[in-house]
Amino acid sequence: MIVADQFHPSTFVDAFRFIGDNPHLLLVETGKHLELALTALAIALVLALPLGLWLGHKHRGLFLALSVSSVGRALPSLVLIAFATLTPLGIGFWNNTVALTVLAVPSILTNAYFAISSVDADVVEAARGMGLAERDILLHVELPLGLPLVMAGIRIAAIFVIATATIAAIAGGSGLGEIIVDQASYGLAGVVGASLCVSALTLLAAGLLSLMTRSSYRRPEPKA
Amino acid sequence: MIVAGGPVIPNFGSGSKCETTGGWWCTDWLRSHWGDTLQPALVQHVELSLLAIAIGFVLALGLALVGYRFRLLDGPIGAFSDFLYTIPSLALFQLLVPITGLTETTVEIALVSYTLLILYRNMVAGLQNVPPEALESARGMGLTPLQMFLRVELPLAVPTIVAGLRIATVSTISIATVAAFVIPKGLGRPIFIALQQDLFKTEIIAAGGLCIALALAADILLVFVQRALTPWSRA
Amino acid sequence: MAEPQAAELVFDHATKRYGDAGDLAVDHLSLTVPAGEICVLVGPSGGGKTTALKLINRLIPLTDGDIRIDGVSINDQDVTQLRRGIGYVIQNVGLFPHQTVEANIGTVPRLYGRDKRWIRARAAELLELVGLDQSYAKRYPGSLSGGQRQRVGLARAIAANPPLLLMDEPFSAIDPIVRARLQDEFLRLQHEVRKTVVFVTHDVDEAIKIGDRIAILREGGKLAQYATPQEILEHPTDDFVAEFVGKDRALKALALRTLDTMPLRRETGDGPRAEKTTTLRDALSLLMTERAQTLVVTDGGQPIGSVTREDILQ
Repeated sequence: MIVADQFHPSTFVDAFRFIGDNPHLLLVETGKHLELALTALAIALVLALPLGLWLGHKHRGLFLALSVSSVGRALPSLVLIAFATLTPLGIGFWNNTVALTVLAVPSILTNAYFAISSVDADVVEAARGMGLAERDILLHVELPLGLPLVMAGIRIAAIFVIATATIAAIAGGSGLGEIIVDQASYGLAGVVGASLCVSALTLLAAGLLSLMTRSSYRRPEPKA
Repeated sequence: MIVAGGPVIPNFGSGSKCETTGGWWCTDWLRSHWGDTLQPALVQHVELSLLAIAIGFVLALGLALVGYRFRLLDGPIGAFSDFLYTIPSLALFQLLVPITGLTETTVEIALVSYTLLILYRNMVAGLQNVPPEALESARGMGLTPLQMFLRVELPLAVPTIVAGLRIATVSTISIATVAAFVIPKGLGRPIFIALQQDLFKTEIIAAGGLCIALALAADILLVFVQRALTPWSRA
Repeated sequence: MAEPQAAELVFDHATKRYGDAGDLAVDHLSLTVPAGEICVLVGPSGGGKTTALKLINRLIPLTDGDIRIDGVSINDQDVTQLRRGIGYVIQNVGLFPHQTVEANIGTVPRLYGRDKRWIRARAAELLELVGLDQSYAKRYPGSLSGGQRQRVGLARAIAANPPLLLMDEPFSAIDPIVRARLQDEFLRLQHEVRKTVVFVTHDVDEAIKIGDRIAILREGGKLAQYATPQEILEHPTDDFVAEFVGKDRALKALALRTLDTMPLRRETGDGPRAEKTTTLRDALSLLMTERAQTLVVTDGGQPIGSVTREDILQ
């Protein structure tokens, strides 16, 4: 937590100077931060994305999708991180990974579900009538049409996970959060500097995923 | 790690067997420390959240009216909201500290910002989703623009707005736990301290459980409010 | 509140142009709708009939020319007051989903300051007039069928007793069986309240059934013919009108008259029977089905005379 240091806008200048003075440190911590965040995101994707897509295709499990979304919203990230430390996973990398995965799942699952299930029913029926297999319908008809919403869910999850990994520092996690909670060693400039890095990281992730979504639109139209 | 100023939880070294061994659910600890730890934290948490939601709601309503009337402004305002939303809560808190200090103001500004973002998008969408034929018949019947807004557009936007309010409320309650990083208030504090000192399981579970319960209670309450305000959707 | 009498409506070279050198949506339309009559605007899509209707209550502003209601130009009145004095019914009805049927009906009276008790009584009166049970008053539009919704829309439009009623394809979104019933009930209602009505439709048969006079607008918003249904069917002014009313216009014309308007032969005898209120078209159809030459005309079941095929066909 932050000690009552002197605080004024010049701290921002100091923060940038901190970043400039400690590139190696920040790079290392960023690396650890991303390691945690990306592991959790990857696991969440493997678990939630296929499930969400398939349930959406089958138009089953609406209740599940809605409940997961509601519960996911009601779970404060700090509480989840804290609860994770109580499990046999102890304090370190894996308890935080689990917590972050749990946080990432709702957004990916719910968005994937609604993205697929709200594709125009007529289009799907036409595809089915033409003889496409269920798997092909999902992959070649529903997914392309529902892609923006699916990507939006992944984007939200990514932002959430990168942000929450910061808090993981107090539960034994490493990464930029370690700097933020350790004002004694790094000073307020360091704390704010590391925060700026976290913000930059999330913006980067968000921007990257937005770009990926947009570029998937530029598929050339087949000539009639 | 350094602990911020404020009353520290009384040393429970002289407690019962359950407490000293850090048990999962020590009812005697709960009973004796409800008054000085959990209840104040709960009350503070509710206060912080409520204030942020109230202010955020009013501000969002104002902005939404602007964004709805003047379509040109909706784009920039919306884009700005989306951008702010990508800033992680903890980072936003830290970034505000140099400006507004270690105070409740910092926390409130951040919480209001997040509430605002969620509500703005929802309110504009709610207003834009009013069935166009209802608006056309209202205009044709001779309602003035103000009458149309108050009697047709706004009432029909209410369901979407309340849905947005549900999301914003639950999110605010959730983010308010992180406020413990800045000020010694809210349900995040007991969790924070317990994590730092010696992982007292009961405390973590109690505070965490209270927080989740609070969020769920608020959600359910707002569901009832939504049902009450929209008798026509039950017809 | 508006006077209970019907108003006379005059189009005086009414013109609507979009853009400076743009297309004419309505081209110097001039016609007079006598008070208490139903004037049907009909024509192909793009013919400007809906535009012409919306010029009346200024939902679309006039580019040129004038429209007068009981001699007063629509541009000389405050637009909100003007609209409150005109009933307006649209295709999708546009009922307010968040208000009860009663509240919907009371929309314009409420604007005039009527209290809840007055509105409740008026709504009850109107529900009966449009053929809905009193229990509908407290229901919400979401629970009504399309036909029921349109009845409420009609009740809402005449709640403040306006002298002029505008209807924009009100029955087009209703299925044919219910539509026929609504048309009949509307005619019955009009017989009771006698308002001036401007009715837009793309369905020629509906126009013939409902209109006292029909205005056929061709593409570009030009008036092709303005006359009674009979006149249009028997003497279309040009090929366009003839095409538009359909090659079966002679048969359509037969549907306009009933047996009791014909001179009857004295003899009766055996043979198929039909009430004197039967249309000539149905009578002819009956003769063909029964493969008979002579039809006995009855009045309340009692034979009063007869007609032959030739009588009808000439």
